[in-house]
Amino acid sequence: MQPKKTRTKLGREKLQRIIDMCESVEERSLDPFLLDVDEVISVIKEYFPEWELPEDLCLDAETIHHLASVIKLQSEWVEHRSTSLYTDPFLLEEKLTRISKEDIVNIFVKAWHPTVELEQISIHSLAEAIKYWKSLLPLNERWNELSPEEIEIGLATREELISQRILGDTVFSEELEKFWHKLKGEVEEKGEDGKIRYWNFIGGETYEETVHKAFMTSFLVTYGYATLEIYPLEEEMFIKPYEKLLTKIGEKQLVSIPIAITAEDWMKWKRGELSE
Amino acid sequence: MSRRKAYYANKIKRAVHVLFYRKHRKPGVKGWELRKALGSDYPKVLKVLNKHLKPFDLQVKTVFEGEKPPEKPTLDQLNKARFCITLRGELTPKEAKMMGWRIDDLAGLAVTIAYIISKRGKATRKEVEELLRNKLPGWKVGINVDRYIRYGYLMEDENEQLYLDWRTHTEVDQKALIDLVLSTET
Repeated sequence: MQPKKTRTKLGREKLQRIIDMCESVEERSLDPFLLDVDEVISVIKEYFPEWELPEDLCLDAETIHHLASVIKLQSEWVEHRSTSLYTDPFLLEEKLTRISKEDIVNIFVKAWHPTVELEQISIHSLAEAIKYWKSLLPLNERWNELSPEEIEIGLATREELISQRILGDTVFSEELEKFWHKLKGEVEEKGEDGKIRYWNFIGGETYEETVHKAFMTSFLVTYGYATLEIYPLEEEMFIKPYEKLLTKIGEKQLVSIPIAITAEDWMKWKRGELSE
Repeated sequence: MSRRKAYYANKIKRAVHVLFYRKHRKPGVKGWELRKALGSDYPKVLKVLNKHLKPFDLQVKTVFEGEKPPEKPTLDQLNKARFCITLRGELTPKEAKMMGWRIDDLAGLAVTIAYIISKRGKATRKEVEELLRNKLPGWKVGINVDRYIRYGYLMEDENEQLYLDWRTHTEVDQKALIDLVLSTET
């Protein structure tokens, strides 16, 4: 016979596993019958006498709550299968991938009855608008109320700009050169064929750091320290440092490439979804 | 005109004003709003209006709360339902194009709706996008799904699960769509 402590620990682990499984059924729309309800109930029953602490009793209650949700899903599943709308999802998916665009549109318009709606001004809304217009103060009067305080214009010193974090404490060109060497180092370390994936280079621990690196990278490319290689079909983008600074950039037709660095993209990169 | 006829003619006019002109973000009005505007016999007024709309290929559509429409709706169910005017018959693909829908976008919408129906009304955005990527350029897929959500055909929860939204329930005969897809020879 196991000691009580070990048994309690094992029971907690089992309940947690059941909760995780129930959650994955609920969240990922998996077949709810993947869960053997009888077996789960026997596990809950088996360990119930062990629970003394409120936390363990809460875990037990949570397990039953999740189990009830899965049973509800099972009942909905059966109900759906018995309706006329039930179709084998694999069969339908197969049909949908094979069907041509023209055919699916021809089918859809047979089952589609779009809503008719009109947006038009009415006498009532016109009257309301006139009332509003009459009570609206002229712009110059409204702006007078909000006139900002006058601020004396003066010169800012370099130190002040650094303290306000508008300028870095090194000269920009020096900073850019350092960044170029950093790029070369990372390409040597992690890159392939003398280049590195754009996001793997600019991605940082924080979103702010990522934006700063993307900003600096844009100058590397503009000033001829590096180049971008874009493969639109594969949706891949690489940054490739030049060995020496390229000064004759003007010989080629220059193009601007806008690259959005959104917080969502950064999160995706953090999760490893962008560097695949 | 008899007093009774004049009474209904007036109510039908009011019903047209209320139903055709958009008041809220979503088109159509709730039953209780119609009761307030037309009186408690609004179901009868709508029945007559529906008859009048037939020659114009339009209909008064009732969308009940919940998935299954009741066979004999109670007054309470009607008060909670949404009423709007929809096309009674079918559009031609050319007409759909004239309404501002590109064939690709409409095909994508049809595939998305059919797929979500087959998945019991819920599918992950990722799997829907994968399915659409078979026929649509990758860059367009996300934009299209966002558009379907914006128009009210789909809704998305915080777990990136897609569901059918009010416009699909109002405008699409889901059973007919699935039957037609399954009966098409590919």
